[in-house]
Amino acid sequence: MALDTTVYKEIEGTGADYYALVGWLAVFAAAGLGASYYMEHYGHVVTGMTNAIVWGTPHVFAVFLIVAASGVLNVSSISSVFSKHHYKPMARLSALTALALLAGGLMVLVLDLGRPDRLIVAMTKYNFKSIFAWNIYLYTGFFVIVLIYLWMMMERRFAPHSKKAGLLAFVWRLALTTGTGSIFGFLVARPGYDAAIMAPMFIAMSFAFGLAIFILLVTVTYKASERPLGDLILFKMRNLLGVFIAAVLYFTAAMHLTNLYAAEHMGVERFILMDGGIYTFLFWVVQIGIGSVFPLALLFNPATGRTCQGISIASMMVIVGGLAQLYVIIVGGQAFPLQMFPGMEVSSSFFDGQVHGYAPSLPEVVLGLSGIATALLIVAVAVKYLPLLPVSLSDAHIRISRSLDHHIEDAPFS
Amino acid sequence: MRSATKFLSLVVLGFAILTGGLASPANAGEVPRPNPAKAFKGTECVEPVDVMRREHMNFLKHQRDETLREGIRGQKYSLNQCIDCHAVTSPDIMGGKVRTLKPFCAECHNYAAVSIDCFQCHTGAAVPGIGQTTSPLPNGHPAVAVPATEGGTAQ
Amino acid sequence: MSTNNLNTQQTVDAAKRDFLKAGAKATAAVAVVTLAPGVTLYSVGAKAAVTGPATSERRWGMLIDATAPEDIWDIAVDACKTEQGWGGGNNPATDPQWIRKVSVKDPKTGAKATLPVMCQHCENPPCVDVCPTGASMQRADGIVLVDKHICIGCRYCMMACPYACRSFVHENVTGQKPHMPRGKGTVESCTLCVHRIDKGQLPACVEAVTTAGSDAMLFGDLNDPNSDISRAVSKYVTQRIRQDLGVEPSVHYRGI
Repeated sequence: MALDTTVYKEIEGTGADYYALVGWLAVFAAAGLGASYYMEHYGHVVTGMTNAIVWGTPHVFAVFLIVAASGVLNVSSISSVFSKHHYKPMARLSALTALALLAGGLMVLVLDLGRPDRLIVAMTKYNFKSIFAWNIYLYTGFFVIVLIYLWMMMERRFAPHSKKAGLLAFVWRLALTTGTGSIFGFLVARPGYDAAIMAPMFIAMSFAFGLAIFILLVTVTYKASERPLGDLILFKMRNLLGVFIAAVLYFTAAMHLTNLYAAEHMGVERFILMDGGIYTFLFWVVQIGIGSVFPLALLFNPATGRTCQGISIASMMVIVGGLAQLYVIIVGGQAFPLQMFPGMEVSSSFFDGQVHGYAPSLPEVVLGLSGIATALLIVAVAVKYLPLLPVSLSDAHIRISRSLDHHIEDAPFS
Repeated sequence: MRSATKFLSLVVLGFAILTGGLASPANAGEVPRPNPAKAFKGTECVEPVDVMRREHMNFLKHQRDETLREGIRGQKYSLNQCIDCHAVTSPDIMGGKVRTLKPFCAECHNYAAVSIDCFQCHTGAAVPGIGQTTSPLPNGHPAVAVPATEGGTAQ
Repeated sequence: MSTNNLNTQQTVDAAKRDFLKAGAKATAAVAVVTLAPGVTLYSVGAKAAVTGPATSERRWGMLIDATAPEDIWDIAVDACKTEQGWGGGNNPATDPQWIRKVSVKDPKTGAKATLPVMCQHCENPPCVDVCPTGASMQRADGIVLVDKHICIGCRYCMMACPYACRSFVHENVTGQKPHMPRGKGTVESCTLCVHRIDKGQLPACVEAVTTAGSDAMLFGDLNDPNSDISRAVSKYVTQRIRQDLGVEPSVHYRGI
């Protein structure tokens, strides 16, 4: 076990910029509460959601945040579970961000319920056959375990145990993302879902989205707090992000190729890949183009991949692509009609057999964005009052961290 | 909505205590005690009054689960039975044209700051034959409509 | 005309007879009456009788003839609206529909059929499996219901239902029927008129269709080999929608 020589310190957080940031985030978070109140007061009729598209924009943001939450924890897992100690200085921020993103995601999910006032029912009545009910345990467990993990990292007396806590957190987060992916994977009746590959694909997505958010967070925070951030750690994260983007592409390709091979799934594949309008556009242009291929090109082109801006832009694109991917999965998967009578032309007053329309409404978008704002607000306040950020992430400091664990064999991640 | 209502009623309660205390020291801190209307029909409840006051929510909750989830019907603690006997008219609800249970319930629940979740789905309105008893409607029954205070009807 | 009415009356009587079944010896003097296995009437004084609980000895089902003239299904849908108090909204995309008339056409042959689709009251209901709180539930006699007391409005059941048979209440509801509370923010669907079945009556849609002189909807106990519906489904091959999913719907169709 390498001795952690990193010096952690709260950011000053007294400048006008900091207060402006916190203020704006608070405004957005409050706007989300207002949107939720509006939706609850008038009912979901004021949203774009219908009886056919029952999960809309709030779920896109909520699932994105929940998936990214488990992914962002990877940075600390790499140091504790895979013994890559150059990631160690960032482990605290990684754990805290994981908690913040999960809180933001769950907030959106809960505030979109038809009866958010009955949250207590969800906490007291369980149907243990429901993957949703399991997820409630996975989410609360994640909070507890990551909090303990964070505590052990920050309390020097417990430092020797932080590795064990990190391992538990890593296993738990894999379970959590499996659970999130399975929410869709277990839906046997919907041709757009019903695939076991949803679970591993969501894990790959969490790696990519979480790391992209983390890279942005580190670059922005270090620039704003005028602390040194060296290329070494940035390039390591860049390489990792490239691998994760490729992994998401791989699972996406595997899912669609498998579906294309089965004649019964041709309909839904044709819809997503060819004539689904907005969903086809979001899939090819935003998810694959802007969210995967372009960032890969940016990251591995020496001209852009060696600059902080290049890596930051690539990270932003991964986030945009990720939101598009979840939109295609969640909304696109419902827009394609249920196949009640395969091979038949179906029609009814309930829009059977038709592609279902959906247009996000303002309150939904505001609620979704408020989840992101809430998560960032938690991070912004936490880094001011807790010693989470290393004073330096310069190359020299990272090399010291690394030299201390030279005896440790190379772990799977590098 | 409901928490806002609760918050408002707390504010009102606090204000009432404050102003009540200032205006009439003899009445310091007292809120008028609830005065629910007499039953519209029938003379006897399914349990003694003091039992009903304490336990009605448990009776209803227990029986609702048995009715809905197990299919046991016709037991004595039925919300429709409550409506049959206790629904009153209120000028605030459909111009006093219907008998509804809401004002009767609201009377005490407002006093105790309890928000109930029944009338989000149940109308509480009396319709002919809603109850199981054959108690006759009393002629010229002195049922007084209790005005529903704002937000107290769990609407 | 009068002959027609007589026939109609006979059909209703036959359906009710089948429903109440032989063995029900209801006389005024008997305090405890066994309507059928699992359905017992206890007489409490001069007041109401306690019935139930529902047991797994019964399995309610329906047989629908999709070759019937399609107008008959409007009668079924309207009867449901009247009985349960839904319908009448102005937002087709969000207004609930508990039962709907679905037209299917084979694009290759041009063959057509029209049939009503409502909750199929599956034996293995996906909506019940996925519900986090247990609000989506199945009675012992196979009827699938939403316990709106504990529904949090997450809509996962609507994602899981293979038949799009559930609706989310998107707006405030007023004028609910006393037997059918409905409220904004919860999910609802066909209850198979459980409040009528428990009283020994037919579901509203079946009764309306039968009263209109059609035998296109048959309701009864699939567990009772002597019921009309059991005899019918054993006489000719019936179809169930998405039988391949293995959810075992209890609504059977002919002629899709």
